[in-house]
Amino acid sequence: MELWYWFLELLPFSWVEFDFMKNALLSVILVSFLFGHLGAMVINRQMAFFSDAIGHAALTGIAIGVLLGFSEPLWVMIIFAIILSFGISYLRRISLASADTIIGLFMSFALALGVVLLSRGGNFNKYSKYLIGDILSITSQEIGWIILVILLVILFWIFHFNKLFLLSLNPSVAKSRKVNIWSLDFIFSALVAVVVTMSIQWIGLLVINSLLILPPSAARNIAKNTFQYIWISVIISLISGITGLMTSFYMGTATGATIVLFAMAFFLVSLTFKSKV
Amino acid sequence: MTEIREPKKACGNCCTKLEHINVTLGVDSILEDINLHVHCGEFTALIGPNGAGKSTLLKVILGEVPYSGKLYFMDSLKNRPDSPIIGYVPQKLDFDRSSPVSILDIFASALSLRPVWTGYQKSIKEQAKAILSAVEGEHLLYRKVGHLSGGELQRVLLALALSPPPDLLLLDEPVSGMDVTGIELFYKLLHNFRKKYDMSTILVSHNIAKVSQYVDRIIFLNNRRVICDGPPEKVLTNSKLWETFKIDISQKTAISEE
Repeated sequence: MELWYWFLELLPFSWVEFDFMKNALLSVILVSFLFGHLGAMVINRQMAFFSDAIGHAALTGIAIGVLLGFSEPLWVMIIFAIILSFGISYLRRISLASADTIIGLFMSFALALGVVLLSRGGNFNKYSKYLIGDILSITSQEIGWIILVILLVILFWIFHFNKLFLLSLNPSVAKSRKVNIWSLDFIFSALVAVVVTMSIQWIGLLVINSLLILPPSAARNIAKNTFQYIWISVIISLISGITGLMTSFYMGTATGATIVLFAMAFFLVSLTFKSKV
Repeated sequence: MTEIREPKKACGNCCTKLEHINVTLGVDSILEDINLHVHCGEFTALIGPNGAGKSTLLKVILGEVPYSGKLYFMDSLKNRPDSPIIGYVPQKLDFDRSSPVSILDIFASALSLRPVWTGYQKSIKEQAKAILSAVEGEHLLYRKVGHLSGGELQRVLLALALSPPPDLLLLDEPVSGMDVTGIELFYKLLHNFRKKYDMSTILVSHNIAKVSQYVDRIIFLNNRRVICDGPPEKVLTNSKLWETFKIDISQKTAISEE
């Protein structure tokens, strides 16, 4: 952290005076990197709706945490999200056609339940930070957690990316090449659930899925193969993240939503590439 | 074709055996009491109307769906290897046409340990090129899957299923949606590979007339059960087969007329 602070203080910007901005910048870079990678595979696996549901259902996770008496319900949220992702991937496995309907129903239910539980006694405002997100509140300890999660994802990416790619191509082809398809699907779902849930307090659950989905969607219009796809997605995610954070600092807007607007701009630009290819 | 394994000679002793296989998904029974014995070197067609359970039977052999009953593989020394090499050619890929997936991506992810997001090794490019040349598809290596014709993509998937040369090759309606020249070329290539390698082949198909020219054996599946099993000339004279397919065709016309 010391090194990062020292490096940033060399830069000629007014925000380098604030420690919270230095922390925020580092975490935006880390989270964008993570989202760029995972989002690309979420789109390949056609799980955009799944990650959206996980984000919205987090509200129920918060409510359960609060009811159990935790002041910071993050762990309860994460455990809830893992259980939920297990349930959803099980549904994807047994019922092929109607999985989306079931996810949709469940998402509405979890969202409503969360709102009802948290608004008891008219205290919902206390939790609005989860809706909008507040990246400026991030602590060094939390950055440590993000780094740990990134290391986990990189390890997973090194050993299982190719298998996951084959699985998204066709499950039977993957199975014929000895890929353990169900456990792989579950581990990936759980990983996405953990990353999304962990990031909600900083990005905000209203926009978190856009942040996951927009960079790879833009990258799909530009890339010609998977290598390009992944890295264009990561680069777009990083640029949107950094410019979004800076803009939100100077304009006093919510960071998560500002980042999403930049990512959306990238998506619109990418559409012009699509017609050329 | 780059050989990872020496092709062996047909011995007729190795086999895939299915005994009393039942598959139930939820409350629906998909397959009931399937008993099959597929010898090596044998080219078997699995035919039957939609919903008969053909694709599910392939998935049982792959180990993708849970089943009750016994499934085992035996090699020529009467050993029972748990996991023979299986090649599988799907009907289609679960990708839309705009996906940024190149043919090289598919080969690199299947044949190399190096994760595709870190780039492509030169050796894997050459290996993939060599494999593709065997299916007249060398020029397709850097193309996106969405830019290939149906026939080209199925040839690529056949080449993939054959590397490494499998003990058992499973094809799930591989030529549906292809034009006539594409189908001819596909069967010609398949025929050549079968002469070169000793492998059992199971082909799921709708097209009885076409497959009967090529296969040694036809298994007719209907209503979750094996109705008829034997060499083409025997199965094709079975009246039940013709009844089923006539009904199937008239149903299709009825639906399209509505």
